[in-house]
Amino acid sequence: MGKIIKYILLDIIKNKIVIAYTIFLLAITLSVFSLEDNSQKGMLTLLNLVLFIVPLVSIIFSTIYIYNSSEYIELLISQPIQRKSIWLSIFVGLSSALTLAFLLGVGLPLLLFEQSAVSFMMTAMGVFISIIFVVLAMLASVTTRDKAKGIGITILLWIYFSLLFDGLILFLLFQFADYPLEKPMVGVSMLNPLDLGRILILLKMDISALMGYTGAIFKDFFGTKTGMALSVTVMFLWVLLPLLYSLRKFKHKDL
Amino acid sequence: MIMRFTILYSFCICFVGNAGGKILQVGRSHAFKSITAALTAAKSNDTIYVEAGVYREHNIIISKPVVLIGKGMPVLDGERKYENISIKADGVVIDGFKVINSGISSIVDYGGIKIYNRRNVVIVNNVILDCFFGIYTQYGINCVIKNNTLSAHQVQEQHSGNGIHCWKSDSMQIIGNKVSGHRDGIYFEFVTNSLIRKNSSIKNLRYGLHFMFSNNDTYSENIFENNGAGVAVMFSNHVRMFRNYFSKNWGDAAYGILLKEISDSHIEGNRFEFNTSGIYMEGASRIEVYKNSFKENGWALKIQASCMDITLRNNNFIGNTFDVGTNGSLVLNKFENNYWDKYEGYDLNKDKIGDIPYRPVSMYSMVIEKNPPAMMLFHSLITTLLDKSEKVIPSLTPADLVDKHPLMKALSL
Amino acid sequence: MIEVTNITKKFGKLQVLKGISAKCEAAQCIALIGPNGCGKTTLIKNILGMVVPDSGTITVLGTDISRGWKYRSAIGYMPQIGKYPENMKIGQVIEMLMDIRRMEQKTDEDLINAFALPQLYHKRMGTLSGGTMQKVSAAIAFLFKPQILILDEPTAGLDPVASEILKEKIITEKENGKLFIITSHILSELDELVSRVIYMHDGNILFNNTIEALKADTGETKLSRAIAHFMSKN
Repeated sequence: MGKIIKYILLDIIKNKIVIAYTIFLLAITLSVFSLEDNSQKGMLTLLNLVLFIVPLVSIIFSTIYIYNSSEYIELLISQPIQRKSIWLSIFVGLSSALTLAFLLGVGLPLLLFEQSAVSFMMTAMGVFISIIFVVLAMLASVTTRDKAKGIGITILLWIYFSLLFDGLILFLLFQFADYPLEKPMVGVSMLNPLDLGRILILLKMDISALMGYTGAIFKDFFGTKTGMALSVTVMFLWVLLPLLYSLRKFKHKDL
Repeated sequence: MIMRFTILYSFCICFVGNAGGKILQVGRSHAFKSITAALTAAKSNDTIYVEAGVYREHNIIISKPVVLIGKGMPVLDGERKYENISIKADGVVIDGFKVINSGISSIVDYGGIKIYNRRNVVIVNNVILDCFFGIYTQYGINCVIKNNTLSAHQVQEQHSGNGIHCWKSDSMQIIGNKVSGHRDGIYFEFVTNSLIRKNSSIKNLRYGLHFMFSNNDTYSENIFENNGAGVAVMFSNHVRMFRNYFSKNWGDAAYGILLKEISDSHIEGNRFEFNTSGIYMEGASRIEVYKNSFKENGWALKIQASCMDITLRNNNFIGNTFDVGTNGSLVLNKFENNYWDKYEGYDLNKDKIGDIPYRPVSMYSMVIEKNPPAMMLFHSLITTLLDKSEKVIPSLTPADLVDKHPLMKALSL
Repeated sequence: MIEVTNITKKFGKLQVLKGISAKCEAAQCIALIGPNGCGKTTLIKNILGMVVPDSGTITVLGTDISRGWKYRSAIGYMPQIGKYPENMKIGQVIEMLMDIRRMEQKTDEDLINAFALPQLYHKRMGTLSGGTMQKVSAAIAFLFKPQILILDEPTAGLDPVASEILKEKIITEKENGKLFIITSHILSELDELVSRVIYMHDGNILFNNTIEALKADTGETKLSRAIAHFMSKN
């Protein structure tokens, strides 16, 4: 498996898109820190980067990569290699490439410029989000043979997690405005890794003071060790469950 | 003008007082070893000089109009049991002492220096450390509290006193003091015709300035920074606030200023920076908000629907998360010629005034006002989109809350 | 060596294999023939584990393939249309496969040399002609000295010289006791190689016997004629 990961990583790096992505992230991070006099504002720009650009690039790049390497996968499958190790190698290859890109582009400069809880949380969430969206891409591409359809599903998934889900929440909040919804919202936020990531980062920023009572409830929950442990577990589940499901599908996939 | 006159007047009193009396010296090498002894011997209008050293004289009661001057900051230690100085005579001057460790009690309001029902008292250039109340005035008239430094390390609101505390007083002058670490930095209750100027009130537990039932007062050029809840001005009228600096009052219920049941007041030339809410108004009426700068606050302004006749003119709004928040659709307030950095309009006739009106209340700020849990969507893509669409077709935001003539360029304030 | 029992496979609504059973022994060279779309490639892919059958079992060298993957080291596969990562060079593909399977026995590089592939090692897979691709596929199939070789249309794109080289290789390896399964439309080519014929039609095996039996049955001496005869009978 190690060798396959090596070849996949080499292939991704040769692809140059990941390098371009790293440079893009780095350029934004550096310009944010050199242009913004207020680090709070810079953090908000990076928050948007982590919440919108990182998942979008992760999911689309991974999907296209998997479709484009269907020949490679076929070649490997005819060899005495377990399907499981092929699929997991793709997972490790893609997620480590994209995580590395994120760490070099955002995480490291961030931690160098400002060693704060926010920077640390931002980096951790960025890594989680990168990996989760790689896994979602793997799930999308294992469900359909058609590349165009696969990319379509991928974009829909991204829109769902970054927009539709929140729209749905807003709708429900107004439908059930008469009920105290602050506490249930803690649970709901776990159904979307982007929401969970965003809230965890905002809570580490001073900005949580603006979030009033809702912010206080979230802070009470996520501020505790249990809350933190739970949210990390949820993030891991967001990686693990789709990965295992896609693996199951891949094992029975006809090539 | 009146203020300047009163300052002059009070200084005249003390110098005139001096001229008539003897001089008494207190210190190790002098006739009087203790301040109490000197005070007993002193007659009205005498001047007592106190040498550097530590004086533990329990409660020093001054019942004659004398001038007390410390040379080299003599220390008056209240040993955490006593009120250091009690002033029970008119025209007393306390200058240059280091007053430390007053008693702390939940029954008696011990002060480092306390003025009891007197007038024309002057308290200048003292350092007051770790006292329960720093300088306490009750029924004081025309007293001057100037250039004192008050700091304490209080941790709990219930067991802490205020820095400069004035109660039922008139014509007070609080000038150039530095207060930190108390419950409220400066506290006014039933104080009229007074001036609070060039003080700095930083890192107090609750309010930098707490102001209640106090009419016809002015506060200007003060710095209120990093206080637990900012500044509260409540149940008063005819208050003038000029050129103050409110900053970093950041927390769940912190404000630059909280205005509650205030009327006929004037807020001009102040700067509000990095506060959760710059100004929070509730039940306020007839207030002029003019030429202030609101920068990088969570909410620059929160105006509850219970406010009326508030006029906002020529203010700068720059880099605030939300410009204006409100809880109702009824708007009886006026926004005119302000500069809003979020304004996206144009100016075809080049008169430096935007041609289309600006709506400072964003859709999302209305949404969270109606439905607070929606705050969980803070900084998500959907809220940004909502705000953008609301700008194009306003539906939820109050139609009348609008600046019809927004400025194209920030004012230099 | 290979035993296929009651294999069925559906792609969507299309029933591609309708209960196939067959047995293949060592030192045989089996021609798997039949019209287009009869299920030949699907059957091969089933054996290779690239397609998972809906029902039935396949054993290779005595082990059920649904429970393992190691058996694939015993199979060399030459696909009908070789699919390789376009950005890789020929040399890299071969090097990578050798790297991944390094722990195995010595390699057989006869075909690599016979096809003069080392001179082409710097060429990217995406730029290769169909014939060169076939050469690479053939070389890879024989590379790890497998006991079973499955060749899907092996000579389709090859020039006569290469075709001849490959045939000779097949003959020598068959004599070494290896099992060959070859599909081809060009029946005349198979004449000299094949010892057994499996004829598939519409998802079923219509005929599975030695070439001698087929010729005797039909009274023809050439494989192509024998098959034509057989087809016209059905």
